[in-house]
Amino acid sequence: MTETSTLHTLAARAGAATPPALAARVRGLSDRAIAWLFITPTVLLLLAINVFPLIWTVRLSFTNYRANRPDAPLRWLGLDNYTRILGDPDVWYAMQATAHFVVWSITLQVLLGFGLALLINRRFRGHGFWTTLILLPMMLSPAVVGNFWTFLFQPQTGLFNHVVAFVTGIDPGSFQMIGDVRLAPWAIVLVDTWMWTPYVMLICLAGLRSIPDDIYEAAEVDRAGPLRRFWSITLPMVLPFLMLAVLFRGIENFRMFDMVNLLTSGGPGSTTEVASITLKREAFEKWRTGYSSAFAVILFVTVFGLANIYVKALNAVRQR
Amino acid sequence: MAKAVTWMCGAAALALSAGAAQPALAQSKSLTLCWAAWDPANALVQLSKDFTTATGIGMKFEFVPWTSYADRFLNELNSKGKLCDLIIGDSQWIGGAAENGHYVKLNEFFEREGISMDDFMPATVVGYSQWPKNTPNYWALPAMGDAIGWTYRKDWFSRPEIRAAFRDKHGRDLEPPKTWTELKEVASFFQGREIDGKRVYGAYIYTERGSEGITMGVTNALYAHGFKYQDPDKPYAMDGFVNSPDAVKGLEAYKDLYKCCTAPGMTNAYMQEGLDAFKSGQVAMQMNFFAFFPGLHKDPNVGGDRIGFFVNPMETARGTQLGGQGISVVAYSDNRDEALQYIKWFAQPDVQKKWWALGGYSCHTAVLNDPDFPASAPFAADFLQSMSMVVDFWAEPSYASLLLDMQKRMHDYVVADKGTAKEALDLLIKDWTVVFEDDGKL
Repeated sequence: MTETSTLHTLAARAGAATPPALAARVRGLSDRAIAWLFITPTVLLLLAINVFPLIWTVRLSFTNYRANRPDAPLRWLGLDNYTRILGDPDVWYAMQATAHFVVWSITLQVLLGFGLALLINRRFRGHGFWTTLILLPMMLSPAVVGNFWTFLFQPQTGLFNHVVAFVTGIDPGSFQMIGDVRLAPWAIVLVDTWMWTPYVMLICLAGLRSIPDDIYEAAEVDRAGPLRRFWSITLPMVLPFLMLAVLFRGIENFRMFDMVNLLTSGGPGSTTEVASITLKREAFEKWRTGYSSAFAVILFVTVFGLANIYVKALNAVRQR
Repeated sequence: MAKAVTWMCGAAALALSAGAAQPALAQSKSLTLCWAAWDPANALVQLSKDFTTATGIGMKFEFVPWTSYADRFLNELNSKGKLCDLIIGDSQWIGGAAENGHYVKLNEFFEREGISMDDFMPATVVGYSQWPKNTPNYWALPAMGDAIGWTYRKDWFSRPEIRAAFRDKHGRDLEPPKTWTELKEVASFFQGREIDGKRVYGAYIYTERGSEGITMGVTNALYAHGFKYQDPDKPYAMDGFVNSPDAVKGLEAYKDLYKCCTAPGMTNAYMQEGLDAFKSGQVAMQMNFFAFFPGLHKDPNVGGDRIGFFVNPMETARGTQLGGQGISVVAYSDNRDEALQYIKWFAQPDVQKKWWALGGYSCHTAVLNDPDFPASAPFAADFLQSMSMVVDFWAEPSYASLLLDMQKRMHDYVVADKGTAKEALDLLIKDWTVVFEDDGKL
């Protein structure tokens, strides 16, 4: 039996199984109408769980609403919440802490991830084992990572301090990774880099594997050296993948909460209080729902705006 | 005929099963009590078995670690959840819980059942039951009296060589400190000292950032130096009280103690870390809640004769941070009558005596005014003394905002070295003013 006749038979059977009334009704619909019929449930679901909360948040951001006092009179504040947030030095401090965390963690992850991808891309003995080992951190839950790094960073008993002490010869109790104002911002960068470098490595690896061998062969014929091949072939061709990794990690780290919260709770003082921790405290501890909605809108607009600019740059790179 | 017999058998079986189900239903009635996961909660589980025996009502318990206790249960109350029938809520929640209708008002019930608030220690009635404060509006029954106290290594303090060294250095005997100045002297004396071949540290104090830790710690230094939350004659007027020169000295004293005399890494530590530090023989003195003292006294390594207790030292004033909680009936519970039955049972003097005997801190005068009470445990006299000088944090409906502001400002100053004590307290007033303005109180 040919493929066409099989399809014909199946279509005939499906047609025969459809009640005549329904078949008649569907026969009268255009392709566009049928397409809408299929996507409408998904669109409704998206509207209900994504778009409606967003609109509701924007509305609440202009009020004094508090979720723990739903019966209290609701006052329209206009732009008061927004001006208070933008004029609050503590909020700007949180944004600075977030920027430090995002910029440094992404820089390190890209450098290390790309380096590891270049190494893993070469076939060598135990290649599979090392790849799996490198990927392990990103498979862990951020809550688990936050908790166990807290133990590793303990000045008296933590393994990290003892390793540093062994290498440098300093007293393990003489420095505190998560208790020192100067070191704590680097501690969260370090842990995030440890956890997510494998992810960047995977994306870079996909980029490296997508480069056809004949390009390198042609370059070799042209007597291009390894450095030249890297700058002229590898880097430009992996760049879109790298930029994609930066986009994913940037969005993810901008809203980083769980790992930092477990590791430092935003401390010491407010040194590592990234924007999402400030937002959580305002929204679910102080219950200033209107104020925190305004803060969430500001963060959303910031990420959305930056991501849009970035995606345009990414598209430009891909079209080169 | 056969059909009639079948019907009769069916009816008989139904009647029997209904009869059997009746007591089973009575026994299956149960209450859920929500509290923090700590030693006294275990004592309450033990005590509540008597309630089940007496009434046939089963008890379930929902205990949450202290660091997530407020988050978990305040979310539960705010969402009008039915998880808890009874809740032992923190003293500072009382304002919000009363004004937002989370707790059942107990005045009528107390009157009907002959439960008098005069039978409970006044400080605990004000702290755990009343809202507004100092008015006869009751939302809880004082359940667990508590305050901050101190433990010290009595065995180290009594060693001749250590005593001699201390006398040489300070020209007086080594005794549990009575002032914050003495506290720092003793703590710095022990800091870094080798005892039994181990390096030890002076004191353990609270520094936790995420929930309420550093506030519960730093307030003890503030109260002892004369800090006031507001002008006694003008509510919510804070300037000159929260940031008074005495308050500044108090805050500086806490930071000095933290910087000079604590173990490395204690930058985010609360109750459990203190217990660990003391039990492992790392510190000479420890700040913690009285609730933990029965457990510490029983500890095989540091308990018994090796541990001593003292009240929060004074400097220019007396004061210690109130802990403890009252027990309330949750307004959204479907088992309100049974929950009230539990409160009635718990208020009985005999039950209160057993509560103290099991390791809970009763607030009932039948227990506390008993002439034998001060000698009933090595820390009982200090507990009584502490309860006579307790001060509580704000219990306003917006207490959570007020607390978070204080956590931030204190941690910024004490641990993160940000600004001066005066600046930290000035910023605190600024934060608190915003909260009270939002609440329409200023």
